[in-house]
Amino acid sequence: MSTPSGAERPADRHPVVTVDHLRKAYGSTVAVDDVSFTIAAGEIFGIIGPNGAGKTTTVECIAGLRVPDAGTIRVLGLDSRGDRAALHERVGVQLQQSSLPPKLRVGEVLDLFVSFYPHPLDPADLLETLGLAGKRHDYVQSLSGGLKQRLSIALALIGRPQIAILDELTTGLDPEARRETWRFIAHVRDRGATVILVTHYMDEVERLCDRVALIDRGRLLALETPPDLAERAGGGTHLRFVPSAEFPDALLTVLPEVQSLEHEGAAVVVTGGDAVLKAVLFTLDREGIALRDVRVTGGTLEDAFVRLTRHDHEEAPPA
Amino acid sequence: MSVEGTPTAGEGRSVSGRAFRQLLWVEVLQAWRQPTGLVWGVGLPIVLLIVFGNISAFKQPVTPGSSLTIFEVYIPVLFALSLVLLALVSLPTPLVAYREQGWLRRLSTTPITPVWLLAAQIIVNLALALATLLIVVLGGALFLGSRLPGNPGGFVLAALLVTVAIFALGLLGAAVAPTQGWASVMGGVLFFPLLFLAGLWYPLQNMPAIVRSVAGYSPLTAGVAAMQSAMQGDFPSAHDLLVLVGFAVVLGAAAVRFFRWE
Repeated sequence: MSTPSGAERPADRHPVVTVDHLRKAYGSTVAVDDVSFTIAAGEIFGIIGPNGAGKTTTVECIAGLRVPDAGTIRVLGLDSRGDRAALHERVGVQLQQSSLPPKLRVGEVLDLFVSFYPHPLDPADLLETLGLAGKRHDYVQSLSGGLKQRLSIALALIGRPQIAILDELTTGLDPEARRETWRFIAHVRDRGATVILVTHYMDEVERLCDRVALIDRGRLLALETPPDLAERAGGGTHLRFVPSAEFPDALLTVLPEVQSLEHEGAAVVVTGGDAVLKAVLFTLDREGIALRDVRVTGGTLEDAFVRLTRHDHEEAPPA
Repeated sequence: MSVEGTPTAGEGRSVSGRAFRQLLWVEVLQAWRQPTGLVWGVGLPIVLLIVFGNISAFKQPVTPGSSLTIFEVYIPVLFALSLVLLALVSLPTPLVAYREQGWLRRLSTTPITPVWLLAAQIIVNLALALATLLIVVLGGALFLGSRLPGNPGGFVLAALLVTVAIFALGLLGAAVAPTQGWASVMGGVLFFPLLFLAGLWYPLQNMPAIVRSVAGYSPLTAGVAAMQSAMQGDFPSAHDLLVLVGFAVVLGAAAVRFFRWE
């Protein structure tokens, strides 16, 4: 994904969303506990975390759907508890678990939403972009899950929002539709909107997000760029290959650059710092061993996600 | 995709007007495609009007010496039947479904207020009630030999008050029903006593005095009695009008107090 224009980091640009010491509880269950962050104009901001971590509650507070118990949220200079109509004219929302009246046609729902906003997008163009052009006259109840999801995205964006909040954007979409949706979201951002993305998919975060917040048990565990987050979890570099001849593990594990070595069937996976690649290639070449099916990967977000949230779970008392 | 100037005040108003008309249109479409209100709330009273209007025994005075025929006594009762079906079935069912499906919640993330959806739903059902009222009163007079209300002002006032009271009851049902199933159960439980006491199966005038005096405190019965007085040419009694106003105020306030959007 292209980086935002200019050398400045997104976090340095002027904030469009400021969340300050947000706290929200449902009865005795604390859903969000003292979370603070800012989102800059034109950024695609990801929010990840395990189920029930407080992601949805956080974005629902930003969207003005829930009232925080403590803390303040400012969105485009407006208090999220203040002028809701003014807020909702500028913020488009796609909610989890919200269905549309089944007996309406796609075009009718879209025309309804067009009437809500002062400067809406052209509904025909939007349907075309989201692959719904041929479904204009279909009843909502006859749409597949993926098509309903696309319609829901269309409704969030029809009002030309300055901020789009998308909760589980591509859940239920097939791989091709996901890629199209990603391209569309990047396009939305390139035209100046800020996007807040709640997701379970690390590939989505890697493809789209400028920064990502990791929330677990209502607390903000990390907030950085996806590569930094992956790096922070100590992923290092993984070199996976099939050697042309067997060799003793010690040949490589004695190297200072190598942290660990594992076997995956015929393949060998060596993990280490940045220099591990050169050291392994040099050593094996000296022994006359060739490498086939070579793959080099950095530390993944998935590693980081699992490591950071698992750590948290270990601290918890047994259920 | 961003700021293109903030809307002026005039623009804001036009957006509101357009949004409300569109919301109303969407409710009309759904009332047509799921025609519970149309079939039962309008259709059933019309069928009964035609049947009752063709029963020769119904041309007799309801009680010896009464100026109203049995058929004329039934005209306000048929309107009452329409009101109950519209206000207790056709109105709350979609509202509860919208809440269950998250549609009200979805709308509350847009610049419009979901109160408008409530208003649109009420307008659609009021229009159906008005259509039924016109059909049973004018249709009965034109084709089936009933007379027009002798006291039109009193009749309109009574019809208006009973409509408000029964719609408020339906809205309260929509406010407190947790699911669509509950909404139907509550509608069903209220349906028979309300209509029995309003004289759907047996004219009010022929009921024992004790039943009539108790029934007089039902909003539907008070409404029917008030409209029947106006049919005869009298202004509705203060008792009936007070009962109607009381129910309208109390039920309306309770519906506003307890309505939930999610």
